[in-house]
Amino acid sequence: MTEDSFPMPDFSVADPSATSGIVMQSVCKTFQNKKILDELDFVINRGETVVIVGRSGEGKSVLLKHIVKLLTPDSGKVWIDGQEMTAMGHGELYELRKQFGMLFQGAALFDSMTICENVGLGLLEHFNITDTEINDRACECLAMVGLSGVENKLPSELSGGMKKRAGLARAIAMKPEYILYDEPTTGLDPITADAINDLILKLQNELNVTSIVVTHDMESAFKIGDRIAMLSGGKIIHSEEISTIRETSHPAVRQFINGSASGPLSVF
Amino acid sequence: MKSIAQNTGTKVLDSFVTVGTGWLLLVAIFKQIPYSWKMRREILEQMHVVLIGSMPLVITTSIFIGAVTAVQGVYQMEGYVPMKFLGSGVSRSIFIELGPVIVALVVGGRVCASYAAELGTMKVTEQIDALEMLAIDPIRYLALPRFLATLLMLPVATVFADFFAVFSGFAVSVLTLDVTVSTFNEGLFMLFKSSDLFSGLIKSVFFGGIIGMSGIYFGINTRGGAEGVGQATMMAVVGTCLSVLIADYFLATFLFQLVFG
Repeated sequence: MTEDSFPMPDFSVADPSATSGIVMQSVCKTFQNKKILDELDFVINRGETVVIVGRSGEGKSVLLKHIVKLLTPDSGKVWIDGQEMTAMGHGELYELRKQFGMLFQGAALFDSMTICENVGLGLLEHFNITDTEINDRACECLAMVGLSGVENKLPSELSGGMKKRAGLARAIAMKPEYILYDEPTTGLDPITADAINDLILKLQNELNVTSIVVTHDMESAFKIGDRIAMLSGGKIIHSEEISTIRETSHPAVRQFINGSASGPLSVF
Repeated sequence: MKSIAQNTGTKVLDSFVTVGTGWLLLVAIFKQIPYSWKMRREILEQMHVVLIGSMPLVITTSIFIGAVTAVQGVYQMEGYVPMKFLGSGVSRSIFIELGPVIVALVVGGRVCASYAAELGTMKVTEQIDALEMLAIDPIRYLALPRFLATLLMLPVATVFADFFAVFSGFAVSVLTLDVTVSTFNEGLFMLFKSSDLFSGLIKSVFFGGIIGMSGIYFGINTRGGAEGVGQATMMAVVGTCLSVLIADYFLATFLFQLVFG
C-alpha cells in the first residue's frame, strides 16, 4: 500500500461544542507563503496522552501553539471542552489558559527570577493566597520533579535537564487539566531524557491530566504515549494506538519509526 | 528597475505597518493603565532602572552641556551683546531645548536599547509565550511598567539635568570666563520665564513616551535569534533618536507658537 492510497484518519466530530477534549477543524496556517498547517483536523480526547511526531520543520510546535492560541489560525477552528477558543476574547482566553500548563522546548524560564519565583508566578498573579502558601506550593511542585533545594537559584545556574524539570514544575503549579510538552527530551543526554520521560509518566499518573507531547524522539514517544499521531504536509496523516503502531503498514510512519532515509518522506 | 520599485514599495508599506501596529500597542498599553496599582512593584523597579540607573550619565552629560553652552555663549556675545544676558542665554537654551533633548537622547539610547534587548531576548526564548501560558498579559506585565517608568521619570531626569547644566554654566562662566557672579545672576533672573521650564518638561513627557514605546515595540516584535535581538536593539535606538528630534520640532512649534506664544 502506498502513502497516497492509505486512508487519512477520520477526525470528524458531529458537534464540537458538545465534545470534551480538544477538537481542531480545518486549521490552516501560512508563514511567508509556506503553508505549515493545511486544513488540519485533529481530536484529542480527555485523559489521554497523545504524542505528535513528524520531521523537523513540519509544524509540530506550530500545531501545539494553535491549541492554546499562542498562534492564531488563518482559518479553521479550535475547540476546548466545547468552547471555541479561536472565537474567544482576551479575558475568556486567559481564563481558559489557566487550565493549561506548557513545557517549552528551551524551558523558557524567566531569567531575572529565581526558580521559586518562576514556579510561583502564576499563583501570585491569579490566586489570593499568602507568599508563604505560594512558596510552599512552589516547593511542592519542585519536589515532585525532583528539584528540591534549588528554589533560590537563578535559571542560569541550572543544567539543561534541571531547567526542563523546573519548567515542568511551573507548568503544573496551577494544577492544569492539560499539559503541553514541546520537545521535552530534545538536547538532553539519554539518561536525563529517560528521567524526563519517567517524570512525565509520573505526573500523568498522579495528576490524571490530558497530555499532548510534540517530539521526534521515538523512544520517548513509545514510552509516554497512549496514541501517536504523525504530522506531515500540514495534516495529521496517521493516528494509531501505541500498542499497534510498531506494526503499522503506513509507509511514512514506518519510515519515521525506523529512522530510514529512504521511503515516501524525502530528505531533501 | 522593478526590484527597486518593489523594494521601495515594500519598505513604505512596512513603515505604515510599523506605525499602525505601534499605535495599536500604545492603545493596548493605555487600556492597562487601570491596573497600575496592581503592577506598582514592577513600575517602581523600572522607575529605578530609568532614573537612578541613568543618573551618572545625566549628571555627567548635563555638566558638560552647561559648560560648553557658557563657553559658546561668551564667544558669540563678546563685543556685541552685554554679558548680563549670558545667564539668560545659558539657562533658557538649557530649559527650552538642550536639557530635554539631550536627556532624551542619552537616557533614550540607554533605556530603549535595554528594553529592546531584554524584551527581544524574552521573545526569542519563548518567555513571553510562557507568560501568556500562565494567563498573564505581557502588555500589562512587561510593557505597562516600562512605558510608565519612562513617561514619568524622564521629566524628573530633565529637572536634574537642567539644574546641573545651569550650575556648571554658571561655574564655568565665573571661574574661567571672567564673568562675575552678579552679572551671570542678573541675566539668569531678569529674563526667566516659568513657561520656559514647563515647556521643556512637557516635551520631556512626550520624549519619555517615545523612548518607552520604541524599546517595547521593537523588543516584543523581535524575530529570529541573536541577530534579531541585535537588529531590534539597533532599530529601537535609531527609532528613538529620530522620533525625539522630529517630535521636538513639532512640539516646539505647538508650544511656543500656540500655547506660550
